[in-house]
Amino acid sequence: MNRGDDGATIHTAEHEFPLPERRLFLAHFIIAFFALFLGAVAGLLQGISRTGLIVLPAAIGYYQLLTLHGIMLAYVFTTFTIVGFLLLGTAKTTGGTFTPPERRLAWGGYVLMLAGVALDAVAILTNEATVLYTFYPPMRAMPIFYIGVFLVLFGSWLPGGTIFAAYRRWKKAHPDAPSPLFAYMSVATYILWLIATLGVLFELAFMLIPWSLGWMKTINVGAARTFFWFFGHPVVYFWLLPAYIYWYVNIPRMIKGKIFSNLLPRLTFVLFILYSIPVGLHHQFGDPGIEPIWKFIQATLTFFVVIPTLLTAFAVIAMFEEAGRGQGATRPFEWIKKLPWKDARFLAPVVGMLFFIPGGAGGIINASYQLNQVVHNTLWLPGHFHLTLATTVILTYIAITFWAIPSLTGRTYTPQANRAANLVVVLWSTGMLFMSTAMHVLGVLGEPRRTAYTDYAGADVVESWVFWRALMGSGAVFLFLGIVVYLGVIVYLMMYAPQAERVVEFPIGDVRDKAPPPPPILERWGLWVAIVGALILIAYTWPIVELLTQTKNGAPPLRSW
Amino acid sequence: MRLDLPRLEALWLKISIGTLASFLLIIGIMAFGFHLHPASSRYAIDPTRVNETPPFDQPGLYAIGPNEYRAVIIAKLFTFIPSDLTIPKGATVHFMITSPDVIHGLSIPGTNVNIMVIPGQVNTFTYTFKRAGEYLLLCNEYCGAGHQMMMAKWTVKEE
Repeated sequence: MNRGDDGATIHTAEHEFPLPERRLFLAHFIIAFFALFLGAVAGLLQGISRTGLIVLPAAIGYYQLLTLHGIMLAYVFTTFTIVGFLLLGTAKTTGGTFTPPERRLAWGGYVLMLAGVALDAVAILTNEATVLYTFYPPMRAMPIFYIGVFLVLFGSWLPGGTIFAAYRRWKKAHPDAPSPLFAYMSVATYILWLIATLGVLFELAFMLIPWSLGWMKTINVGAARTFFWFFGHPVVYFWLLPAYIYWYVNIPRMIKGKIFSNLLPRLTFVLFILYSIPVGLHHQFGDPGIEPIWKFIQATLTFFVVIPTLLTAFAVIAMFEEAGRGQGATRPFEWIKKLPWKDARFLAPVVGMLFFIPGGAGGIINASYQLNQVVHNTLWLPGHFHLTLATTVILTYIAITFWAIPSLTGRTYTPQANRAANLVVVLWSTGMLFMSTAMHVLGVLGEPRRTAYTDYAGADVVESWVFWRALMGSGAVFLFLGIVVYLGVIVYLMMYAPQAERVVEFPIGDVRDKAPPPPPILERWGLWVAIVGALILIAYTWPIVELLTQTKNGAPPLRSW
Repeated sequence: MRLDLPRLEALWLKISIGTLASFLLIIGIMAFGFHLHPASSRYAIDPTRVNETPPFDQPGLYAIGPNEYRAVIIAKLFTFIPSDLTIPKGATVHFMITSPDVIHGLSIPGTNVNIMVIPGQVNTFTYTFKRAGEYLLLCNEYCGAGHQMMMAKWTVKEE
């Protein structure tokens, strides 16, 4: 153990990943970086074109950019980063390597996902799939677009098999011990993901793909939307939970602290499995064809996420405080000074946590059965998820890669890299403060999301939008600069940073000694899957039956872009 | 100062549960006490025959009571039919809306009108226009190349 940059502890490895593992993990992160770059370019152009001050060349369509932005960032960047991170941490905590069959399974998933990305890139760039990342029918993209999305999502199942196998292998070797926390949380995240993706995979395989190939003449639009949102809400928890893993498991090690509890994080993840799926109707509060009572029931279930969220806030801050006190802090709040603020791998996720406070509060407003009418489909919504996904989660992923890349390339995270990384945090939080604040205000003033620049033929209300639109656009410029600096640091860490004498260890925290062992019931996955299955049947059976049976005729396909 | 973490944790958990309970109570009272619900309906329609299906064969504004109206609206690429209307101040409007093509959304900035328009379904919502002035109706769900031009203007006149 030695002193690292600016007070953070850097552990050098007792353990180094063998080459096949390193290749596997890096392959995932590299695709994520490409997707991030494409998505960021699209985002910059969208942000400045919506100010009305700059007009895009006619060849670049706003909605095509928006589709590229959504697909690349919401599906490709996130999924590849998450799979890479979960594989890395699971391998490390279940013995240091995967077995060859486990590794082959993960590579199989990677190939499927990459094939999906290629198909989607072709469909989007040729303007044959300008249907946004929600791809609501009856707007019909070319079939390879839907097949591509299917391959990305289904491909992501296979590394889940790798994680389950490694977890089982470890459990078999240690029958009486609680599983390693990282592996446990990866299994929980994947259980959530497998159940969640069932909705959209069903929509793709049995509705969108056959319909886009012309095998079905029409489609039931309301039902398709409902299958999409079965997946569309839990997907956000699939993005969030890996960030929670970093907070719960990785951060304690770097701040000389201990994991606060061996029970609380497991309970949190089990609660996420239970309350993240039977809630999708809160995205469809204003939809016809669904009785209000079902919308209300799912709104209620949505609110339960308050509990694991606030538990996490408590556990993370308690862990910080104990770490600070362990290093000699005694007066109230003196512990704050003991934390490694100058290390971007700590600063980035903590800034992300601060942004999660307004992000979470906004989420409560969105889920509120009545207040939702004021903000639904306005710019408030992208304002909200650019705080949660595009700040809290992204800043944490950024910190993860600052650990992962050096530990996989054997290079050093130098003080210069750290200074540039801190600049990324400053650019990102400034940009998001501007952009997200402006989007929230514009939403309340009534400006719709997913809409190219317009002045609505001089309608009075548009005057009140002008200033905020400019602020939104300037925020997008800061954010783009942040991504440019970030990717610069990544290229440096991959190819130019000095070789480390001993490889930087990917930090995995230890549970504090006083923490009681978790009850074995938390590892009885069959039980939790059965409960969530029952909740899904209760919350979804009747709305789906009604949507499928009350229809008079489906809608024929259209290309309206 | 020594920290009693288990005690603080239990207190925090109580606060969390209390917060959750108060949120649920508020949305419950608003829904079932004040009957505030989002747009909803259970009325299917053949999306390929909207123009021949009553009442959408004659979209428009119909008086159904003292200062009470039914607005039968078709949202289609890239317009609302009827487009421009004038109603008196205080008018209660029952919206009935559907789409013959793709998904649209109808929202009116400055009001609570925010209705999803889905082909194959008729959606309904009721709103009372208490302020006079000009209202912008806009499409708030991406529907294609001309989505940003899809709008209508209503005037609410002082009587």
